[in-house]
Amino acid sequence: MSVAVPAAHAPGLIRRRKIVNLIGLTFAACATLFGLFWLVWILGTTLYFGFSALSPKLFTQMTPAPGASGGLLNALFGSAVMIVIGVVTGTPVGVMAGTWLAEYRHGTPIAGIIRFVNDILLSAPSIVIGLFVYELVVRTSGHFSGYAGGIALALILLPVVVRTSDETLRLIPVSLREATLALGAPRWRMVTAILWPAARTGITTGILLAVARISGETAPLLFTALNNQYWTANPANPMANIPVVIFQYALSPYEDWHSLAWAGALIMTLLVLTTSVLARAALKGKR
Amino acid sequence: MFHAAAASAAWLVLIVLGMAALSMLWGGLPALRRFGFGFIFSTDWNPVTRQFGAGVAIYGTLVSSAIAMLLAVPVSFGIAVFLTEVAPARVRPVVAAAIELLAGVPSIIYGMWGLFVFVPVMSDTIEPWLTSSLGALPLVGPLFSGPPLGIGMLTAGIILGIMIIPFISSVMRDVFMLVPPQLREASFALGATRWEVVRKVVLPYTRTAVVGGVFLGLGRALGETMAVTFVLGNAHDFSLSLLMPGNSISAAIANEFTEADSDLYLSALIALGFLLFVVTFIVLAAAKLMLLRLARRDGRTS
Repeated sequence: MSVAVPAAHAPGLIRRRKIVNLIGLTFAACATLFGLFWLVWILGTTLYFGFSALSPKLFTQMTPAPGASGGLLNALFGSAVMIVIGVVTGTPVGVMAGTWLAEYRHGTPIAGIIRFVNDILLSAPSIVIGLFVYELVVRTSGHFSGYAGGIALALILLPVVVRTSDETLRLIPVSLREATLALGAPRWRMVTAILWPAARTGITTGILLAVARISGETAPLLFTALNNQYWTANPANPMANIPVVIFQYALSPYEDWHSLAWAGALIMTLLVLTTSVLARAALKGKR
Repeated sequence: MFHAAAASAAWLVLIVLGMAALSMLWGGLPALRRFGFGFIFSTDWNPVTRQFGAGVAIYGTLVSSAIAMLLAVPVSFGIAVFLTEVAPARVRPVVAAAIELLAGVPSIIYGMWGLFVFVPVMSDTIEPWLTSSLGALPLVGPLFSGPPLGIGMLTAGIILGIMIIPFISSVMRDVFMLVPPQLREASFALGATRWEVVRKVVLPYTRTAVVGGVFLGLGRALGETMAVTFVLGNAHDFSLSLLMPGNSISAAIANEFTEADSDLYLSALIALGFLLFVVTFIVLAAAKLMLLRLARRDGRTS
């Protein structure tokens, strides 16, 4: 903090400091414009190509063979199934783990360790999760399946839910807990009847953010759910899903497939961004 | 009962991480045992002759992440400064939300946009220009030589950089806001300019956490798969030029996993995943520790 006050009377120095200031702040503004520039470019491209590829066929027909026309029905359905599997299995575990951290072991070393590990899982490469589920489920069961994809998504959702439930529960005033316990309620009643309802908004936001995240994940599905050109409603089979379809179609040499990939990209991006914007809005409204 | 259920759920988090590491070590063991330490350094990757060396993929991961950091760190710092010091109060939430939107875009969209939109721009304009202006220079020249394919390390690095800008800038903004207002106002009162406040008050106060945020971004960049798989070109030949197709750990896994036709091939890919896991774990743990330090100091003083 060596702000040179006495010498600041020298006019040359003041001018130099002002120029440095101007350069610095201009750089900051340009950096922001630079960031926004890519956002506009990337979203603009997705909207433009996506909307020009949009048609009702997308929602009524299966993914086509090369050269044929078709839609994305099986992929949309597969994605929905796997996201539901991920949410249904991941959410209870995540909320319970967050509850344990916030209510039962708050302030102990083990809670610290689990929070630390959870935060690492939160940013761990998703392809690694895919490999793990491959080893765990696909190799032991002998084939790719929608269940394996759902489990991979659950493992990506889990740390998000753990963290948000933990953080929201810790924001609830202690007096509320003391009042419940003073009435003679056992601890589990306190958690289920008082704390969870009080933390509802925060936990729901966490789940929504996690859903937004898993809806766009591709890498963990590549070697778990794989892909399926045909309709299947049975998650024990390999299942088509939007991200992997986009991946395969975008890298193919066929024009039709490219346009289907763009349509899928548009649907996915709109879904992901709307969900996360809604979640953030809910969080802001609460604060 | 309830307690036990909650406890086992929490332990599951720990177990998942442990099992993920172990299962990948287990899966990668045949390859690691076969090739030993040479696996990390060898640049020979040939499924036909069953020779697998991770050198090219590791080099690609490191170089593309380095390019990404070179781009993302200064820009993220600028954005954080803009959001905390420069922008009028009314503009801040709008810009912050827009930048966070960038973080919400699925990574496969970056990859697709990169392949269909950005690669042509790179090969038509940017790369020929780089080759003609920098390609003849000594030392850096070889980095920018070669045909302008558009696909390659530089393109992947730039896209990765754009991807991690929102992560780094939001951490930086958050820690900049932790600086006690008294410190900031005191230096303004002494006549410091805004930039001087940033350089001499805000940055020294938040230095560790800023580095933590940078590491968080690095962890993301190292492990990112879809954004780079599209534009790297999946080449297994080592090339010094940033304009030539390359590979990365995650791209190699994504491209080749379902095509692996021998157990050793599969094992080599899983071993790659294990290496990636270990490296990102270390980087992310370091990031977390650095961020915790500021939080702890903050807790003590307030």
